[in-house]
Amino acid sequence: MSLLQISEPGESTAPHEHRLAVGIDLGTTNSLVATVRNGIAVVLNDHDGHSLLPSIVRYTKCGAVQVGYAAEAEQARDPRNTIVSVKRFMGRGLKDVTYIENCPYDFVDAPGMLKIRTVAGVKSPVEISAEILKVLRERAEESLAGKSGGELSGAVVTVPAYFDDAQRQATKDAAKLAGLNVLRLLNEPTAAAIAYGLDNAAEGVYAVYDLGGGTFDLSILKLSRGVFEVLATSGDAALGGDDFDHRLYCWIAEKARLSLVSPGDTRLLLTKAREAKEFLSLHTEARINASLATGEVIDLTVRQSEFWEMTRTLVAKTLAPTRKALRDAGLRVEDVKGVVMVGGATRMPHVQQAVGELFRQAPLNNLDPDKVVALGAAIQANVLAGNRASGEEWLLLDVIPLSLGIETIGGLVEKIIPRNSTIPVARAQEFTTFKDGQTAMGIHVVQGDRELVSDCRSLARFELRGIPPMAAGAARIRVTFQVDADGLMSVSARESTSGVEASVTVKPTYGLSDEQITQMLKDSYEHARDDVHARALREQQVEAERMIEATESALREDADLLSSEEQESIRAEIAALRRLAAGNDHRAIKMQVDRVNKATEPFASRRMDRSVQRALSGRTVASLDS
Amino acid sequence: MALMGKDGFYEMFGLPARFALDVDALERAYRDIQSAVHPDRFVNASDAERRTSMQRSTQVNEAYETLRNPVRRAAYLLRRQGIDPRFETNTAMPAEFLTEQLEWREAIEEAAESSDVRELDRLSSRLAAELKRLYAEIAHQLDESAEYAAAADTLRKLMFLEKLGQEIGDALEVLEG
Repeated sequence: MSLLQISEPGESTAPHEHRLAVGIDLGTTNSLVATVRNGIAVVLNDHDGHSLLPSIVRYTKCGAVQVGYAAEAEQARDPRNTIVSVKRFMGRGLKDVTYIENCPYDFVDAPGMLKIRTVAGVKSPVEISAEILKVLRERAEESLAGKSGGELSGAVVTVPAYFDDAQRQATKDAAKLAGLNVLRLLNEPTAAAIAYGLDNAAEGVYAVYDLGGGTFDLSILKLSRGVFEVLATSGDAALGGDDFDHRLYCWIAEKARLSLVSPGDTRLLLTKAREAKEFLSLHTEARINASLATGEVIDLTVRQSEFWEMTRTLVAKTLAPTRKALRDAGLRVEDVKGVVMVGGATRMPHVQQAVGELFRQAPLNNLDPDKVVALGAAIQANVLAGNRASGEEWLLLDVIPLSLGIETIGGLVEKIIPRNSTIPVARAQEFTTFKDGQTAMGIHVVQGDRELVSDCRSLARFELRGIPPMAAGAARIRVTFQVDADGLMSVSARESTSGVEASVTVKPTYGLSDEQITQMLKDSYEHARDDVHARALREQQVEAERMIEATESALREDADLLSSEEQESIRAEIAALRRLAAGNDHRAIKMQVDRVNKATEPFASRRMDRSVQRALSGRTVASLDS
Repeated sequence: MALMGKDGFYEMFGLPARFALDVDALERAYRDIQSAVHPDRFVNASDAERRTSMQRSTQVNEAYETLRNPVRRAAYLLRRQGIDPRFETNTAMPAEFLTEQLEWREAIEEAAESSDVRELDRLSSRLAAELKRLYAEIAHQLDESAEYAAAADTLRKLMFLEKLGQEIGDALEVLEG
């Protein structure tokens, strides 16, 4: 580490107070929750000692919701109401999902994201995922209850690196709906790299090959002096272990000459296929036995070599994005020091073999591929919550996986922010009117790397209104595209030539508004108004406490940056906030929080300048010494 | 504040405003500053600080991307001299250079059509060598002789070559995908 000592404005004012934070791996097949205990990252188990929670949700007529093993046990009997691999539907429309014809669900197409009609009503993938997250939140709260007596301060939730904005937004919404304070959305391969890198004191360029149940990611990272820098990421958001099961399922159907398979039998055979796939990772052949609802009995044996042959193209499909990521990073295979394998599907020997051949080295398997993502997320959550000791800090620099662009004439895409740009990132683009007196203008934002709009993901369409009427080409509208540290986009626009400044902020169309989330919460509490109010109040109180703590800490460190009048006014706003937070009017608290924010803006800016200067002067001292 | 202003990318990192760049020093300064301003450091801070952190972190990334990429770096240095390489000089590209461009393009298309990955790799290496030659040229024009008009010409050539590099990458992607 360098000698640099920088102030830590985000750090807790009471250094001994330990904030409880968890990392959650919301997987296609299984989900996990982990935390850092006594400096060591551990996965939290349920009462039966299971660390994995199958990502399966079952809705019942009486309104009860089963999650995990209980739901899994019923999936063949009640396939329509038992949702597996819901992650494949996050932020996706009906036409986006491959093999949707094999899904036994009653889909409802909705703008932006599909929904599923169940016996308990129409559910969105966001709501279904929230059920999984709720179980993990409760597991975390129970297991942490004894420690420090505090409540869960927040969670880092992982997403595939190749998830687009719609899928990320859906994941964040699900976490909010589950009552989690999302500290950060973290890319799964990056989480794995943290767990691996810290464990092995790794330095140099590493590739993370992450083949999960439904997604494939490949990230190239440079690890050095406590910095994890993602150089490039690539992948396929619809390729994973599920597809291997599906190939084997098709093979079974063909061998057994099955034509029309009922949803229940499809589910049963897919489960059998998955079991056979897992067995074939350690054995040369597997037997497949099943009694179908039709009375047909399946009894087949599949050899390892047959399975490898039928899934060869799937393995090959992972290698193209791997080469692409290397090319984007400007690196060759021999520059890569190690390849970390993540995700249950990397247990398949022919996957290991293909990766080994491409990189000309044996892949690294010394961490459990099912747990490494959750562990890395827990370590990052612990740091973000402010629990790090000085000297233990590191920095994570991640990238945006797919280019952001806008539609131009002829349905073509003009790229605004190229893929693999380090986040947070912003680009401004200037637009003008093409007709005299034009007062409105449509903008269509897309994500993807293809040339045609129709081949990219539509993120948002919005209209800029209120442009002052001028001659064609005279108006200057500056549109800024910002991607934050979660990889989420926002757009703002400003017309400035006329002196009239119109400013809008656009959220993507498929995201949930705060009102929608509140409504969903209300519904889930079944009209228990008090609960909703209590929750809103608690949320605002927590926000107020955080605000007071952060501001007072900043005042203690850097009060000299303020005039005495400025100090006094900030202290007055803080005192008012403290008074309101003791009451029970959540709206009043929120308004005061906003006032404190406004009052501290110049202070925040001055503090940032100071810490940059310190960082630079620290560096000069460090480089003189070395 | 000037230190963080758009006109001061080199100043932000405490580096001399030259094309020839100590990449390691840039990387170190970048990481040190990001360590101070990155949103991960302000998760528990007030909204005002979180917003400021995101803005600063975004600016630092922008500055770093600009200086790290030789083509963007050269364009930035020219802009500092008040020259916009796209519009400043209307001199057409030399005919010889344009002919070369056509040849490059044909070679890439031909290799793509015959699915010749090895040929594309070879073209990519040749392109890298050509880029290196032009980097040396523009370094001299910007840092030593202060021939900015000539540097703008070189930069335009570099932009052409960069585009060729993307085309090779796209062709490889199609063949491998």
